[in-house]
Amino acid sequence: MLTLKDIGFNNMKLAIASGKGGTGKTTLSVALAQASTAAVQLLDCDVEEPNGHIFIKPEFTSHEQVGIAIPELDEALCTNCGKCGEICQFSAIVTIADKTMIFGDMCHSCGGCILVCPQKALHEQEKVIGSIDSACACGRNSNIEFIKGTLDIGQAMAPPVIRAVKKKIRPDMLTIIDCPPGTSCPMITAVTGSDFVILVTEPTPFGLHDLILAVETMRSMALPFGVVVNRAGSGDNRVSDYCSAENIPLLLQIADDRRVANAYSRGEGLLEAMPELAQQLRALIDKITSDVDTSTKGEQ
Amino acid sequence: MKIAISTSGSTLDAPIDSRFGRAVRFLVYDTEQKTFSMVENEQNLNAAQGAGIQAAKTVVDSGAQAVISGHCGPKAFTVLSSAGIAIYHCETGTIQEALEQYASGKLQPAKDANVEGHWV
Repeated sequence: MLTLKDIGFNNMKLAIASGKGGTGKTTLSVALAQASTAAVQLLDCDVEEPNGHIFIKPEFTSHEQVGIAIPELDEALCTNCGKCGEICQFSAIVTIADKTMIFGDMCHSCGGCILVCPQKALHEQEKVIGSIDSACACGRNSNIEFIKGTLDIGQAMAPPVIRAVKKKIRPDMLTIIDCPPGTSCPMITAVTGSDFVILVTEPTPFGLHDLILAVETMRSMALPFGVVVNRAGSGDNRVSDYCSAENIPLLLQIADDRRVANAYSRGEGLLEAMPELAQQLRALIDKITSDVDTSTKGEQ
Repeated sequence: MKIAISTSGSTLDAPIDSRFGRAVRFLVYDTEQKTFSMVENEQNLNAAQGAGIQAAKTVVDSGAQAVISGHCGPKAFTVLSSAGIAIYHCETGTIQEALEQYASGKLQPAKDANVEGHWV
């Protein structure tokens, strides 16, 4: 049995992911952070469409830009040999006839083109692609440090912004990471390095379909995970049947309740609508913390 | 002059492939010799990104001075235009029909990309 003091020292990194979008990642992330009795960091890593701030209502005190390095060409030095385009795996740089063109939107900042250029005609140039906003002492209990990443409109590379947000993770505090949907690079960047991943899903065929993709992703990344079913009762039993068949812990079922939709439409979260859930969410954090402790940290 | 036409076939009566970047191949027709050759584009079929750019480079390297295809995005358009290659939009019909339309002046060169770029 954990004491409050133990929870105060909790430094678990808990990622909330889903596969399917719109299942309740932000709803659960915000509610977990609000339910926590200890200080907690809440990271909004859904940088293409961050929305946790709508429910947390932070007063941001810090704003910083996130940039990536992209190549810039000195045409006077370039001989159009094409070596830069040959090494680029992302078609971000191409030489045709007597012209070398750079497509900064495609660049993954590997630096390969700069290394192979025999003329040293390429050099790094910073390109701003997003920003990070931070606020301390948010939420009803002033226990939340809220950090929001935003990818600028028109930019394609979410992972660098997600990595920049995750650099704000404090080693001595519970951190809840609200992840982007899907199972591609942004989601994988967001869950990487976490101690445990909660996959939020809904009890529908679509929810199950994308849950299976997310489960496969977690297994190939060897990350411990469990499932939370949101809007339980609104669909069928296929998700819970799947979880029991696959030996996946079904951590919590949040009932489909009109009060949640009403609150949501006013910019209020799960706990405003269902305050009785706070106890269950605290118990969930405690359970995952003790499981993670015994499974991965017991040998320390 | 040479004209590159996107297609999944390999004869003049094959249909045009309306995709440019992810077309299976290009039929490169020589209007003076009345002959044609095929240039494969299969390396782009499963490319994560940049298919249009690479397809444009393939077309430039083939020596074609014009392209007939269904859709062309902004990056492919930029590469083709920089190489001085004219782009003609023609979405349906066979390669033969497209070449006849081109020869009779019914195809107008595109002034801009006709589809949005898309991300990975």
